Parts: sequence; structure tokens; C-alpha cells
Amino acid sequence: MHEHVHAHVHELSELWTDAALRQSLAAVLILALSAAPVGVFLMLRRMSLVGDAMSHAILPGAAVGYLVSGLNVFAMTLGGLVAGLVIAVLAGLVARATEVKEDASLAVFLLASLALGVVIVTTHGMDAEELMHFLFGETAASIDHNKLIIIAVNATVSIVALALIYRPLVLDCVDPNFLRSVSCAGAAAHLTFLVLLVINLVSGFHALGTLLGVGIMIIPAVIARFWTRDITVMIVIAVVAAALSGIAGVLLSHAAGVPAGAGVILAAAVFYAISIVAGPVGGLIWRAVPRRHLEA
Amino acid sequence: MSAQLQFRDVTLGYDRHPAVHHLSGAIEAGALLAVVGPNGAGKSTLFKGIAGAIPLLGGSIERGGLAARDIAYLPQIAEIDRSFPISVYDMVAMGLWQRTGLFGGIGAADRQRIRDAMSAVGLTGFEQRAIGTLSGGQMQRMLFARLLLQDARTILLDEPFNAIDARTAGDLLALVQRWHGEKRTVLAALHDMEVVRAHFPQALLLAREPVAWGATGEVLTPQNLLKARQMCEAFDDAAHACAVAD
Repeated sequence: MHEHVHAHVHELSELWTDAALRQSLAAVLILALSAAPVGVFLMLRRMSLVGDAMSHAILPGAAVGYLVSGLNVFAMTLGGLVAGLVIAVLAGLVARATEVKEDASLAVFLLASLALGVVIVTTHGMDAEELMHFLFGETAASIDHNKLIIIAVNATVSIVALALIYRPLVLDCVDPNFLRSVSCAGAAAHLTFLVLLVINLVSGFHALGTLLGVGIMIIPAVIARFWTRDITVMIVIAVVAAALSGIAGVLLSHAAGVPAGAGVILAAAVFYAISIVAGPVGGLIWRAVPRRHLEA
Repeated sequence: MSAQLQFRDVTLGYDRHPAVHHLSGAIEAGALLAVVGPNGAGKSTLFKGIAGAIPLLGGSIERGGLAARDIAYLPQIAEIDRSFPISVYDMVAMGLWQRTGLFGGIGAADRQRIRDAMSAVGLTGFEQRAIGTLSGGQMQRMLFARLLLQDARTILLDEPFNAIDARTAGDLLALVQRWHGEKRTVLAALHDMEVVRAHFPQALLLAREPVAWGATGEVLTPQNLLKARQMCEAFDDAAHACAVAD
């Protein structure tokens, strides 16, 4: 009995002694707090795939940062932020000023950005292996101290800014014409939201790799949709789902020696599958079980 | 009585095509005016112009010292995302926007006003319902509750009783009468001439250009209505620039 407890304490203590593991756990928890609420709004604005597309749009900027200063976390962050922001803001402005819808506008800018990235990368002689690492992440997403700081700063900015634009953002989703008739905050809130999307994509890119980072933003939001019809509760559930996926995924990837991004997204996918079946809002179980209709 | 809305040779439209052509006149403060005319006559366009939602193609609108934003405007097709997870209570509370702005709190007095507004439209007990669960009539009641909270001196209602049963329309019409009693200026675009004759002292008959404007009985004559039906023609893509001097 005594030895059994001792063994458990030893396993647990590894969490506190293994710096890389500890930092990975901290990173996904911070990311859950900032990215999941943004993901909820992405879903409610029917922009889930836009988030996916934007994650590719930050690549050329990060590539430029990489080419200028090698694997410098700050240079790649700056490059990714600038590329993402320019594309998000330009696409947003074009959509607001013309009759082109936002998704179509983003698609054009994103493709142009990717093409530019290909030109930059090939003319500056990045070799194929480097490019693969860059696009799909390394075998184990290693969170160093600098990455953790960037993720924490991004999360702080993101959470505060989201709180500031919360009211117009909700109203811009549910009744944009009314918002326009009482306030001019809608456009500013929307552009700020796009900025937050980019910030969180850059964090996701550092923690989980370029292609999978967006998953911790979108999958928890879709999970939350199965559990509540209230936006506030939805945000809380999304954060919890993201945190649980993050912890489970990082521990899984640590134990199995697979990339953290893959572990976290697979864990989120498992929670998603559970939600599809058991979620009280539209879950399959509730449809399959015949229940008598109510009196009123 | 002073003019709440003053139109000076107003032309409104889309892509330079006029939908409201050379409208001049004034609406007194406290007026209850029905805007009538066939589909495509420019009723919605006129309301959008007054609310500042579309730019003028010509002329000017004076709003009696009000900003376009101080005018409450209920569009014909409220582009509301009914699947959005928000409660009826929160949706109604949005009517307090002018007072709360981005960050202002909602205090005890405001909560009482929200309860009163919901009770006035007969939605007491619906506070925590998601908006997606409301019927068409209940949705319109909710939007009227929000209008109540906006507490605007000028209110624009674009076909507010379309696709709504007689009882709901009657309840909402009583609110319109209440606003009129409170000396607010109310404009409503309507198709039901019986409702207009029974409840609206003034009418504007519009067919792109104003056909008649004044006391309802004098405006809604068979001759005027026939004239309005004949005046509404389609946009002409080859039309020349309008020669009437601005």
C-alpha cells in the first residue's frame, strides 16, 4: 500500500521535474484560455473554415522571419503576426467596403499570400527538409521558455481585448443591422476580432505546429455547441474542453513520443465524438431514445 | 409644431438609380404617419435614408437636431441570426445600448425597465428562452420590446405587421398608439389600408415619387391609389442622368 502510493507520487513528481513537459502543459492551458473563446465566436460567425485558412496565411510571414534570423521564435512570431494582420485587415476592409463577402475576399488574399510565400522560400533556397519541418512541425513540439512567454503575452492581450469588444461582437453576430443603427463599433469590433484570431493562430502555431494549431481553437467550440444554448456557458465549456484536450494530449504525446499537436487534436476529437453521442443539445442518444412529448 | 423630419428634394436609390425621387416636405414632431404604396415604391428605401443606413443620391434630410443614430428603426427583414445562442432577455436589453454603450452596467432600474418592456409586449415568462425558439409573432413582440427600451423620439417601422396574426398586430398597434400618445414621431410602412384608415391620421402615398401626402382620408382616394400603381416602373439601365435641377 505504502509503496503503491509512493510510485504514484513518483509519476506525478515527473510533472514538476521535467521542464519540457511542464512548459508544454502550461502552454496548452494558457492557449485554452485565450483560443477557445475566439473559437466560439469563429463558429458562431460561421467562420470556422476561415480560421483554418488564416492559419495558412500566417505561413509566409513566419517564413520570412525564419529566413531572416533562423529559428528565432520572436522573428517568426513577428513575421506571422504581420502577415496575418495585413491579410485579415485588408480582407476585412475589402469585404466591408465592397459587395464581396468576407470568405471570398479572404480566399483571394490568402492564396496570394501563400503564392508570395512560395516565391520567397524558393528564391532564398530553403531546402525541402527544412520546409517540411516548417510546414508540419517537428516530431515533438518543443515549448521553450521564449515560446511560453509569447503564448502568455498573446493570451493576456487576447483575453482583455475580447472582453472589451464582447458586447458589439455578440450584437454584430446576432443582429448586425441593429448594431449599425445604434453604434459604429461593429467594424472596429470585427477588425479587432480578426486581429485576435491572428494572435491566437500564432500562439497555436508555436505550441502545436502550423497545421494543427488552429484545432485547439475550433474543435472545443464545436464541442461546446453540443452542451448548451447559452453563449456565456458555451465559452466556459469550450475553455474547459480545450484545457482537458490540452492536458490529455500533451501527456499522451509525452508517453507515446508523438508530436504534441497531434496528441492534443486527437484528444479533442475524442471529446468531440463523445459530445456527438451524449451531448444534451442535439446529441445522438437523445434522438435515439424515444421520449413522450410534453403537455405544453 | 416644429418639423421633426424635413426633406429637401431628397433622392435615394441604388447604383444611381432612384428609388425615391425628388421628395420634399416635412413631418411634424409627434406625427403618426403611414407610408403606403405598391411594392418597389421606395418605402423601405425612404426609411433606410432617414435612418442613415444608405447615402443620399441628392437633396438633404434634416432630423430636427437628432443624429440618424437617435432614430429607432425596425427594418422589414430583420437580418437576425436566429440560431445564435442568446436569450430573449439579453436581446431586449440591447435596446438600452444608447445608455449603456460598450461597457455600461445594467442596474436595478434598468432591469425593471426591461421587465416592463417585456410585459408590455406580452412576453413575460420568455426571459430565458433562446431567440431561436420564438415564433414569428413572438419575435416581432421581442423587437418591439427592444424598441420600447430604445426610448427614441422618432421611430421607423418598416411593414411591422407582415405575416403576423390579428391578435399580435392588434397588441403591437396598441404600442404604436401609446407612442403617439407620448408625442413621439412614428412612421410605419403598411399595406393594410383598413389599418391605415383606422389608426393613422396622416399618410404619404409613395410611388418612387410622392403621389399624395396629408390627411389619410384625402390621400387614400381610388384615383390616387390607381395613379400610384401606374407610376411604379422598373429601373432602366439605359436611363439618362436626371435633368431636374438639384
